[in-house]
Amino acid sequence: MTDIPFDNTVTATAPARRDIGLKRRYRAERRFRFYGIAAIAIGIFFLGALMFTVIRGGYTAFWQTSISLPVTFDASVIDPEGKRDSDANVLATANYPLLARNALAAKLGLDVEAEENRADLRLLSGMISQGVRTQLRDMVIADPSIIGTTQDVWVLAAADVDSAHKGQIDMSVPESRRKVKDKQVAWMKTLTADGAMVERFNRGLFTFGASSRPETAGMGVALIGSVYMMLIVLVLALPIGVAASIYLEEFAPKNRWTDLIEVNINNLAAVPSIVFGLLGLAVFVNFMGLPRSASLVGGLVLTLMTLPTIIIATRAALKAVPPSIRSGALGVGASKMQTVFHHVLPLAAPGILTGTIIGLAQALGETAPLLLIGMVAFVADYPATPMDPATALPVQIYMWANEAERAFVERTSGAIIILLLFLAAMNLAAILLRRRFERRW
Amino acid sequence: MSVSWVLAIVLIIGVVAFLVARMRASRLEPQPGVKQHSLPGYHGSYALVLAIFPALLFFAIWKAASPLYIDSAVWRGLPGQVTSAPDVNRSLTMGTIYAIGDGLRRLDAAEIEQVRSGQADLKALFATKGLALASNGEPYMVPAAESYRSMSDASSLWSAIGAILISLAGAWFGLSGITLRRRARNNVERVMLWGLIAASTVAILTTVGIVLSMLFQTLSFFQSVPLSNFFFGTVWDPRFAAAGSGGATGQFGLIPLLAGTLYIALVAMLFAVPVGLFAAIYMSEYASRKVRSIVKPVLEVLAGIPTIVYGIFALVTVGPLLRDISAALSGGQPFIAAQSVLTAGLVMGIMLIPFVSSLSDDIISAVPRSLNDGSLGLGATRSETVRNVILPAALPGIVGALLLTASRAIGETMIVVLAAGVAANLTINPGEAMTTITVKIVNQLTGDLEFTSPQTLVAFALGITLFVITLGMNVLALYIVRKYREQYE
Repeated sequence: MTDIPFDNTVTATAPARRDIGLKRRYRAERRFRFYGIAAIAIGIFFLGALMFTVIRGGYTAFWQTSISLPVTFDASVIDPEGKRDSDANVLATANYPLLARNALAAKLGLDVEAEENRADLRLLSGMISQGVRTQLRDMVIADPSIIGTTQDVWVLAAADVDSAHKGQIDMSVPESRRKVKDKQVAWMKTLTADGAMVERFNRGLFTFGASSRPETAGMGVALIGSVYMMLIVLVLALPIGVAASIYLEEFAPKNRWTDLIEVNINNLAAVPSIVFGLLGLAVFVNFMGLPRSASLVGGLVLTLMTLPTIIIATRAALKAVPPSIRSGALGVGASKMQTVFHHVLPLAAPGILTGTIIGLAQALGETAPLLLIGMVAFVADYPATPMDPATALPVQIYMWANEAERAFVERTSGAIIILLLFLAAMNLAAILLRRRFERRW
Repeated sequence: MSVSWVLAIVLIIGVVAFLVARMRASRLEPQPGVKQHSLPGYHGSYALVLAIFPALLFFAIWKAASPLYIDSAVWRGLPGQVTSAPDVNRSLTMGTIYAIGDGLRRLDAAEIEQVRSGQADLKALFATKGLALASNGEPYMVPAAESYRSMSDASSLWSAIGAILISLAGAWFGLSGITLRRRARNNVERVMLWGLIAASTVAILTTVGIVLSMLFQTLSFFQSVPLSNFFFGTVWDPRFAAAGSGGATGQFGLIPLLAGTLYIALVAMLFAVPVGLFAAIYMSEYASRKVRSIVKPVLEVLAGIPTIVYGIFALVTVGPLLRDISAALSGGQPFIAAQSVLTAGLVMGIMLIPFVSSLSDDIISAVPRSLNDGSLGLGATRSETVRNVILPAALPGIVGALLLTASRAIGETMIVVLAAGVAANLTINPGEAMTTITVKIVNQLTGDLEFTSPQTLVAFALGITLFVITLGMNVLALYIVRKYREQYE
């Protein structure tokens, strides 16, 4: 350093700036940055588009057009031969839709006896959901004394009327190719002006079982099936997953066997879900003879699928507990087992719970394995036990997606909204748990 | 006695044993110079374990073994001409006998007498009791059904008595030896450790179950369809499984399905990898902490959406949109079908964005900061640093991540079921429908099943193919990721 010549005149004048292509490089820099922003924008755009189409297509499913009718429970229609005291079948098989039709005709001022009104009366019947049969029947069977009286009843409108009332049917199509005829539209206008036809909250969407008529189709069975399966997953996967992680993290010696288990768990987490469906079909249904379509089988399959998620989360939570806690407990004389169960596990609990909720959320949205074990079934009755046939929320969505009617399209999106709300609630709970209880050591 | 009653009684014995043992242990007389080894609770737990586990083990083994024994005993008791008849269908015969045996429980004494003497019409009689009988049965079946019924009654009685006696014996043993020196805690902890070990083997058992179950069905599939037909066949046309025919009439070519699977996965990766990778790079190198804290969770929402929702999005929105756009571009005839490789690939790509981005994000942040600082210090721009320093350093990890993502794309089911179509085409036009392995597994296994027809069994052959492909990719990816991680730690 010392032998640098002092009379260095060159440094006095600034050297000509070398062209190092800064402009080009900064342009490349900007381009690169733009690509990143564009990528994020694409991701967010598709998320927005997905949410938008689902909500736009599905929010109307939460309302259902209903008609308020003063139904006269006419004894001459229900029980023309006067045998209802001796024969219980009379009340069960009576022509209840006729009562509703007559009530609607009276409301619109149509004479039900007149011969020339035949075609109109048929159109009138088509406006009322066939579900009215069971609705009125249940009323009469619950309280036979209402026969002969007139009751105000809310009946569901037929699916096509419902769609027309929501403005989902294109009225510019010629009448002959339209499902809702001009006369029906006129009646709908009269009823709406009267306040007798309104859109009410669609409670049936949450309580009805499977049905081929959209207005009486609901997710009741699917909700119960999903609840059963989530309970089974929780009861089986949480204890087994936690026990397995405790063994691997706290007790297992480092050897071939534990290495094998670890590789196995990592692999199971990445096995396609449909393979678990094949396993369930071959082992639980075919080999062990458990009933097809039962939520028990679905719960077992989802348990096996969720187990790796819970194990990985639990091991991370156990690992995050500092060794000083263990040393402290061992130092005051606790056994290894007491150390783990009295000290380490409670401290890891929030992490375990978070992982469990996320695993459950995954299981709730899983469809493919459930298709294979026969949960795509037309189940109209509530399953009383997990051994009874049931469906699940995502499977119900899949089944409705295969139906062509407009009202089912709406219900598909409505069901997706409900599923997404459940998932959002679970994930939110997981995030809040983490925020509230997470500890940094 | 029903199973749940036995379980309840055993459980009650266990709880009582727990309470009594704990109380006795807490009232032990202190002796000079001897410290009590275990806390009272451990004495209680030890008694509980002794009262419950051996009894349950006995009960489970009995319940598993007794049907097998009864089945063979009843079969041997049947007349010789029935069991040695050439057209005998053992499971059908035994099924009818069991149904009659179970039905006899619901009859009263007079009706049983009728059945014994052969006067009653079994099918009609059972129908009045709400039981459906497939056939009217043969005369020899009634005594067999009665012997089945008495044996199974005796079996359940003896299993209940045995389980309760073993439980009582265990409880007595647990209660009898309570002393200050008894090492109850060590014994309880040993049992707990075995429980933990058993839980950790569930993962192994699952894998073994997957492999074995699919292997057996696949082997019986290959008994009716030659290997070369499946692996090298270019036509997929399994026909319908005619009931009872059992013959292989269809063609089970894997090639069109495999091609469709790989093609759709390729399209998905072509979309997801650039988007996901650039998003990850932007978030780790450019974005401020605030932007990152918002954008990252928003993108991860995409990973939390169930695949059925993506499938419907493809079916209802993306498919028709692409078809209409292509129709507008070509002026009339659409060149992209509503169900096509492009639709399925695009939507699957959307689903994969968060996988690519969060996996790559982890890997990029694992590159030591010093490399990054060194490059910036030498005057490189950020993008040059990313391209020339960070990406090469993170490359093995990113390749691993991409392999994991690809295995996910190959195993994806619901999107392709709804968006890719069911026709097994062999084409290179992405605007046409192709089908995948997973779609065909679902198609072959929904509806009525017959576990002997190749049309059903082929699903397991497809499943094991899928399993082997994804397993290979996962193992390779894990190997690469693990090896790479060791370099910097």
